[in-house]
Amino acid sequence: MSEILVLVDHVDGAVKKPTFELLTIAKRLGEPSAVFIGVADASAAAVESVKKFGAEKVYVVDDAEIKGYLVAPKAEALQQIAAQANPDAILITSTAEGKEIAGRLAVKLDSGLITDAVDVQEGPVTTQSVFAGSYTVQAKVTKGTPIITVKPNAAAPEESAGAGAVENVAVTLSESAKKAQIVKSEPRAASGRPELTEAAIVVSGGRGTGGNFEPVENLADALGAAVGASRAAVDSGWKPHAFQIGQTGKVVSPQLYIAAGISGAIQHRAGMQTSKTIIAVNKDEEAPIFELVDFGVVGDLHSVLPAVTAEINQRKG
Amino acid sequence: MNIVVCVKYVPDATADQKFESDNTVDRVAVPGLLSELDEYAVEQALQLKEKSEDPESVSVTALSVGPEAAADAIRKALQMGADKGVHVVDDAIAGSDALATSKVLAEAIKKIGGVDVVVCGMASTDGGMSVVPAMLAERLDLPQLTFASVLGARGGDFRIQRDGDVATERIAASAPLVLSVTDQTGEARYPSFKLIMAAKKKPLDTWSLGDLGVDASEVGLSAAWTVVENTEARPPRTAGEIVTDEDGSGAKALADFLASKKFI
Ligand SMILES: Cc1cc2nc3c(=O)[nH]c(=O)nc-3n(C[C@H](O)[C@H](O)[C@H](O)COP(=O)(O)OP(=O)(O)OC[C@H]3O[C@@H](n4cnc5c(N)ncnc54)[C@H](O)[C@@H]3O)c2cc1C
Repeated sequence: MSEILVLVDHVDGAVKKPTFELLTIAKRLGEPSAVFIGVADASAAAVESVKKFGAEKVYVVDDAEIKGYLVAPKAEALQQIAAQANPDAILITSTAEGKEIAGRLAVKLDSGLITDAVDVQEGPVTTQSVFAGSYTVQAKVTKGTPIITVKPNAAAPEESAGAGAVENVAVTLSESAKKAQIVKSEPRAASGRPELTEAAIVVSGGRGTGGNFEPVENLADALGAAVGASRAAVDSGWKPHAFQIGQTGKVVSPQLYIAAGISGAIQHRAGMQTSKTIIAVNKDEEAPIFELVDFGVVGDLHSVLPAVTAEINQRKG
Repeated sequence: MNIVVCVKYVPDATADQKFESDNTVDRVAVPGLLSELDEYAVEQALQLKEKSEDPESVSVTALSVGPEAAADAIRKALQMGADKGVHVVDDAIAGSDALATSKVLAEAIKKIGGVDVVVCGMASTDGGMSVVPAMLAERLDLPQLTFASVLGARGGDFRIQRDGDVATERIAASAPLVLSVTDQTGEARYPSFKLIMAAKKKPLDTWSLGDLGVDASEVGLSAAWTVVENTEARPPRTAGEIVTDEDGSGAKALADFLASKKFI
């Protein structure tokens, strides 16, 4: 069976959940091989976790030389591994960086690229959701090695032990790959809440919060949810850009999305419209967000949200 | 310094979009315009010019690959202040994917010649793949400074802030390079009446694939690296239940709804 390369998304060796989803998808398509690019010290932990989700092989690339530069070196590393492994497909998580790596790799390998897949089945045939979720599209790569970036939650990760045979790979970087230099990196403080794009439930606040996100955060915590924000809330400086949902922020597709004090502008909808269940709390009954909802409350979020939170906490006992 | 800003002509996102029978996007039924996200790129290109030591010596060229009507997107960029336009238009281009589009853009940039900075938007408002800037950098063998939320330049040295998924990064590179900028870089200007009048006299060149030495068989729908097998309109959302909160009734109803859906 042919190898399916999965680029491991991780922070210091702690592998992110979407990578396990990719490995689960890779199993449908062939034999999953993980590609770990990171500090050599952290590779053991990463190998252990990808093994649990079916990685038969793990290509380990020491990133000492790679990590100081943006995107290009990772694409070169994958190109060199692909040349060696001759995979049937390459799967990468659909993050901003992941898509850029995929884009450069597609040019290098002269191979077709599909981004933002929400499902991948044998073929590989991908499913994407386009035009703000109003269409679903099935597509296939017709040239070269299919390169597919997959959105979080595209599959339920299934544990299945793989051999996890480690293969250390020495990558040679070109001079041009070392020209966009990362001169400073400030890691974002951990919130203790689920990651926005991976969360099953997202509670978002907009201009209607007036800058007080406490009711939004308390409700999120009662539901075990991630917190999001509209651009108006981000532009006001109430939340960093990493919280923004929408066209120029994150696109989320959780089981449940709760919009509080958000009007439902088209750019915001582009980031949440494919959520399974949508709830809005807004004091304006004419707010366009109500056109999307499964359930809506016309009311002041500053009283409705705390009351719901109390109700939930009480029912949970 | 020569700056090229890549602009895309896209269907108006506020209109209903649909697919044609060959599974390509229907770009005729819906009125088009300059992709809103590219306005930020034009703005940053113009600011690079205005803030340079000798603005007169800096030229900003708006480049678009697209159908006849895409000239409108270039004209908008000229009205905002770009100096000249280049429009690559060819029937064979229709249906091109990101790989083909980036190829045509790269060849056009090579033909323009002596380009120091290529500026792109962070994504198009229609395709939204966000991969063309990275592909352009790869094809032109240039460094990429992409997803800039803050952009700084001193001479030919550039530095950006990139708000990544796990960290906020500062990234530096020197020209020649490819930049992409986000909507966080600052509002785009409106064309003044004076600029709108002046734009009419600005040069706008039209090139075909032949002018770029690109073979028609390398682009377009038939040459695409991917094929759409099926498109399906999602059923519209059915109207939900809306209640008006009175003395806490809204919260109770909402909690009941959450419980009925097993969220609590
Ligand atoms: C190029 C571009 C890209 C953009 N990208 C994004 C994006 O990625 N994400 C995004 O979100 N936006 C984006 N926008 C902005 C978008 O157009 C809207 O301006 C924005 O989403 C509005 O945010 P909001 O709903 O919080 O604010 P508003 O539209 O001001 O709505 C606030 C809502 O809160 C309600 N409200 C007020 N007080 C209360 C209260 N006490 N209780 C309950 N309800 C209350 C009001 O009735 C109103 O409906 C973009 C715009 C542009 C031009």
